[in-house]
Order: sequence, then C-alpha cells, then structure tokens
Amino acid sequence: MSKEEKKVNRRDFLFTASYTVGAVGVGAVIWPMIDQMNPDKAQQALATTEVDISSVEPGKSITVLWRGKPIFIKKRTSEEIAEARAVKLDDLPDPQKDEDRVKEGKDEWLVMLGVCTHLGCVPLKDKGDFNGWFCPCHGSHYDVSGRIRKGPAPTNMEIPKFEFVDSNTIKIG
Amino acid sequence: MSEHEYTPKSKAGKWFNDRLPLLTLGAHLTDYPTPKNLNYWWTFGGILTFCLITQIVTGIVLAMHYVAHADLAFASVEHIMRDVNYGWLIRYIHSNGASMFFLAVYIHIFRSLFYGSYKSPREVIWIIGLMIYLLMMAAAFMGYVLPWGQMSFWGATVITNLFSAIPLVGDSITTWLWGAYSVDNPTLNRFFSLHYLIPFLILGLVVLHIWALHVPGNNNPVGIDIKKPSKDTVPFHPYITIKDAFALLVFMIIFAGFVFFTPNVLGHSDNYIPANPLVTPAHIVPEWYLLPFYAILRSVPDKLGGVILMFSAIFILFVLPWLDTSKVRSAVFRPIYRQFFWILVIDVLMLGYVGAMPAEGIYLVLARVGTIYYFLHFIVVMPVVGYLEKTDPIPMSISEPVLTGGAEPSLARKVNDKV
Repeated sequence: MSKEEKKVNRRDFLFTASYTVGAVGVGAVIWPMIDQMNPDKAQQALATTEVDISSVEPGKSITVLWRGKPIFIKKRTSEEIAEARAVKLDDLPDPQKDEDRVKEGKDEWLVMLGVCTHLGCVPLKDKGDFNGWFCPCHGSHYDVSGRIRKGPAPTNMEIPKFEFVDSNTIKIG
Repeated sequence: MSEHEYTPKSKAGKWFNDRLPLLTLGAHLTDYPTPKNLNYWWTFGGILTFCLITQIVTGIVLAMHYVAHADLAFASVEHIMRDVNYGWLIRYIHSNGASMFFLAVYIHIFRSLFYGSYKSPREVIWIIGLMIYLLMMAAAFMGYVLPWGQMSFWGATVITNLFSAIPLVGDSITTWLWGAYSVDNPTLNRFFSLHYLIPFLILGLVVLHIWALHVPGNNNPVGIDIKKPSKDTVPFHPYITIKDAFALLVFMIIFAGFVFFTPNVLGHSDNYIPANPLVTPAHIVPEWYLLPFYAILRSVPDKLGGVILMFSAIFILFVLPWLDTSKVRSAVFRPIYRQFFWILVIDVLMLGYVGAMPAEGIYLVLARVGTIYYFLHFIVVMPVVGYLEKTDPIPMSISEPVLTGGAEPSLARKVNDKV
C-alpha cells in the first residue's frame, strides 16, 4: 500500500466516524421532539376510573367517559345473552365467542369501548340489523355482543381491561 | 431573468442593488415576458396569492382573540363573533376565505389539466403546486377543528382514525397524533400550532412555484413554446397585472357575496353545537372541498383499502406528467382528450355530490362508478389516448393564425414537430 492510499483511508475513517457521531447526535435531539407529542403524564394519570353500576336495569345500558372515550356498560337480559351465544362463529367477520367478551359468572355485563372500529364514531344503541349498535357515520352494524356483523368496520368493538371491585362497582383500566 | 442586465437609475438604488439585487428582481417581475393570449383561466394564480394573504392576515388577527383550549375554544370563537370589534367580519372572511381558496385552486388545477400545463418542461411547477394543495388540505382540516364544535371534534376523530388503518403501528401513530387516548385538549393545542405554521410553509412553496414558473415561462391556451420576448409576448406589467386585477375584483364580489349574505351556507350547522365526545352527529360530512375524496374513501367496503385509495387519488396526480403520453399540450388541439377531460370534471363533481349524501343505495353505486372512472382516467385514458389520438394542427406561433385570419394548413405545424 502506498503512502497516499493510507492517507485516504485514514481520512475516510474520520469522515465515517464524524457522520456516525453526528447522526447519533441528531437522533438524540429529534427523538424528544417526536416523543413530546405522545400522551403526557397528565393524560396517563386518567388511566383508570371506577363506575357504580348498581342503578343499571336489565336490558339497559349506561355510557361513561374513560380516557376521553365512551365506555358502554350494558346489563343484558338472559334472552339477549342467549341470542349472542346462538350466533355461529362462521357468520362473524371477526370471530369471537360472546363468552370471551364478558367476565365469567358476570355474563350479563357487557363492558366495551363505545367506539366504532372503523373511524372512531360512537355507535347508537338499540339500532341496526342485529339488535345491537349501529354506527351512523359509515353504516357499521354490531350485534348484542358488540361484534361487527355488517359494514366497513374491520373488528369487534374493543373490550377494555376492567374488573369487578365488588358486585356494584367496576374499575376500568 | 431578463435578457439585458438591469441598472437602477438613482445612485442610491445602484448602491443598494449592487449589495442586494432586489431591484433587479423587481425589474424582472415587471418586464417578465408573458404570452399575449392568456385567457381569464390564467388569472387564478394571482387570485390564489390574494387568498393566501387574506387567510394569513385574518388568521393572525383571529389568533389574537382565540383560545386553543378544549374548555375555552368554542366560547372564544363566540366571543370573536359577538364581542370583538368586527370579529364577525374577520371570522367570516377567514372561514369563507378557505372555501374561496379551494374554489380558486380547483379552477387553477383543472386549467392546468385542460391546457397541459403540467407537461414538460413544467413538471416541477406542477409537483410543487400539488404540495401546496396537500398543505392547504392539512391547514383547512386543522382550522376546521379549532372552533371545537361537533363537526370539528368528529371530523378530527374520523380523519385521525384514518391513520389507525396502517398495519401494526396504526394505533401508536393515532395516539401520537392525538397526544391523548382520543381527540382531546392536546390535539386541539397542536392543531392550532400547526394551523398557524402551515400557511407560511405554503408561502415558501409559492415562492418556489413562481420561481419554477419563471424558468420556462407561462404555458398558454394554444400550448406551444414561444420565443421570449417576441411579438408573442407582452410584459407582465401592466398587461397581465391589469387583467389579473380585473379578475380579482370579480372574484372579490363573489367572495363578499358569501361573507355578507350567506356566511354559513358552506359550513355545517352542527358545528355551532359544542364538541361532545359522547355523541356522534347523525351525519358527519367534511367541508365541501374534501367531499370527492371522502366519497372515494367510503366507496370501498374495507377500512385499509378505502384509506389507500383515498390517498392514491391525490398521489396519482404527482405522476401525471409521465402518465400523459401526448406530445400536444393544449386540449384545444386534442379532440378526444378534450371529451375525457369534461367527463373527469363531471366525475369529480358527482363524487363531491355523493360524498355529501349517505353512503347507501344509489349513492354508494355512483361513488363506486365515479371512483373507478377517476382512476381509469389517469391510469388508462391518459396514456392510451395520448398515444392513439389524431390531434388537430398546431399553430406556428400565437400571432400567425391571428394575423393571417385563421389556421391555414401551410402555417400549421405537423404533430410530430416539436411543440
């Protein structure tokens, strides 16, 4: 190897090292700029909410706000539960058993995110072709278990993480 | 730049111009040789500049009174309407100004489509123009969210949820856009910040758009290359400025008609109901200028597919200069393409109409037919017609057919000639 080539190689190394350090530095500055847009601590602090469900009559539902989104809490009648469980999984675009959408032994309580999985509108209750919910924005029909049956929404309405604190109170989140 | 070098007359002017050649730039813009046959469809560039400045000025003033907070935004807009001196006027100019801006930009874009202004050597002007159009849509969408009414909130919810269709990272991106777990105060805050930023980005792109225009010079209704300066051109000032000014005056009469007589006709009454995250309005519609794309979105019975098709409808325009295979620019000399052009105009208007209607029955059918034609027009019609069409003879120059009283065959160029 001639002397000149050696010099070039040494310079190449310096360039590469400088670019690398520069890229890491730029990245270290850009990431906080991007991450600042994610939900802040105040938003995260709203992550759980407790709801008193003692006043909900069978067949009725209430809507509560959790993290800025509506939660439907419906106390289903035994006929409605039977109807939800009679559906064949093959008829569902997003197959899921009704049993998997409720807590065992608390089958009457359907607790779900009242947000259409298409583009985020709030579906209307007791409407649509399947005795459940209907989204007025783009025409998605959900059944009495909140599962998508017809329309552009890709998935069933989401079940949030929740638990029964006692028989009259649930904690969402 | 002009052929001759400009020298200021005054000593002070010369001193300054030697250090910063702003006067040279001014002289270039004044003398800029412009085709003498530009018709009124060419006045919308000036009109659009007026619209941008109007939006920036009224927007800066509105920001002095508006409060970007979920609890206060709606009330602050009503405060502007009722308490601020002339607040109603400034807000109505700003809100209707957005519509007038889009009206003008659509005419400007279709002008370009008819006369082939997007073709070589003006592809970069066209692409910068589309970037401006995209930023305009972003600015208009975010601006519509700021009053924090029902349409603001649910429009923001639907549009931001489009990003949740992206596989794997969609939900993280949506949460990141929101800064919360739904459209909420952080969303409003950042939308206000970006809504204030975007017009200045547009202003920068407008400078590039005009710069890129001044390299090849204006296209013109016959779509031929011309010598500059020559008997085919006139100086920009006073010939084009006075024509632009007259067109602007007529435009402002229409603008004022909306502002003073029907200021809310282009908006939606639901936006005078404060945002409520628990109740979705029965019928969500975007502003009229986004309706054709909304119709395309809804015509697809699949979430991701609809989103992809809607964005494709805009991005396909970026490759238009390479999809059009015709050597002739102006549709005046393209008898077949001219008919397809008008079909496209009708198609887009129809998509806009069905976008405002419920997505069911005949409207859904029309939306699907319209969507299919929209894409066929660009992907199939433009390349094939450009290749097969027998175009009409093209004049040698702008002056000659006029001076000799018509397009005589001897004066006409052959199609194969360089246009």
